[in-house]
Amino acid sequence: MASGRNWNWFHRMGSPRWFYETTGRWLPWLWVLTLGLMLTGLVWGLAFAPQDAKQGNSFRIIYLHVPASFLALAGYYLMAIAGAIGLIWKMKLSYMVMKSAAPIGAALTFIALFTGAVWGKPTWGTYWVWDARITSMLILLFLYLGVLALQYAFHSQETGNKASAILALVGTVNIPIIYKSVDWWYTLHQPATIKFTSAPSMHPDMFQPLLVMIVAMYSFYALALILHTRVEILRRERKASWVRELALQAEPGGVAQ
Amino acid sequence: MHPIRKQRLQLVILLVVAASAIVGLMAYMLGQNANYFYTPSQIAAGEAPLAVHIRAGGMVVEGSVQRSPDSLDVLFDVSDGMATLTIHYAGILPDLFDEGEAAVAAGKLDENSILRATEVLAKHDEKYTPPEVADAMNKAYELKQQEQAQ
Repeated sequence: MASGRNWNWFHRMGSPRWFYETTGRWLPWLWVLTLGLMLTGLVWGLAFAPQDAKQGNSFRIIYLHVPASFLALAGYYLMAIAGAIGLIWKMKLSYMVMKSAAPIGAALTFIALFTGAVWGKPTWGTYWVWDARITSMLILLFLYLGVLALQYAFHSQETGNKASAILALVGTVNIPIIYKSVDWWYTLHQPATIKFTSAPSMHPDMFQPLLVMIVAMYSFYALALILHTRVEILRRERKASWVRELALQAEPGGVAQ
Repeated sequence: MHPIRKQRLQLVILLVVAASAIVGLMAYMLGQNANYFYTPSQIAAGEAPLAVHIRAGGMVVEGSVQRSPDSLDVLFDVSDGMATLTIHYAGILPDLFDEGEAAVAAGKLDENSILRATEVLAKHDEKYTPPEVADAMNKAYELKQQEQAQ
């Protein structure tokens, strides 16, 4: 166990109590940051950015569609990595993060699919097609729901955690497929506007609010994940003494009991 | 790292690699079958089946759209730069359908290699431009064309 000493910081960070107390101090700032960015991005994108020459105002749904899709994909990696840490280090907190990431990811995937359908009708002429991009995105929604369902499918929390983590890890293969689907196959969905390798194919006046919305969505994701994880910590650690003390403090007259 | 944890890490990596390999092979096997539509050159090469419901897509050729004066019938050509395909459709076209823009049509190929479409979808590109900028770009393009013609 000589090498165990180097990992002490890692295990301390894995303490649910440490997470609960630390994030409690971050929350007000994260709320301000999220609301500020979200409001700026939405007002800028929906009211002040110029309309598109071909699509008119209907293109503005991009300010929700793209950030939600980004986080639906990035959030899946976060969920899978949390599952992997849980499997390898048997860290309770990690499984709680994994479980909390599932409904948030599912909601963001649903938003991406729904805004895509709303956008598709006036531009493509249809709400839905079974092309590679849209179908692989639907599979992502089912993967998120599967990870969540496995949490409740077993009597033992430990078995549920392991099953969820394995499904989450296997599902990671879908993420590069979603990302590259528009390049690998002929799809109705257009290729990516924002690429890692070249400048965005979008006018700067339209791109800047989109960038703000993407950062806002990352901030929102962090906020939603922390809030969900805190509830999960209280639920799973309800027998721990520090949670009992917390509950007694919160309940009026609880101290007297 | 603790030997047991190292072993678990190796198992996790093996799981992800194996799953990726399996799904990767499946995606490779799907290959062209996962395409949403055929291109005009694929159809010209006889890759698309006749008299079966298929989809074909390409750029709508400038000046090729012929509308019937007394019905909703419309004829237009789509091209992928190498081959063109004529499409017949009777119905209302999507708002973004235009010459020089991409479109995807679903229907059956007849014996004259005309696609009898039952549905036409517009496919827009990944570029977004404000109207003034698009106008300025079009004007600059026209000027350049005129200069080259002179």
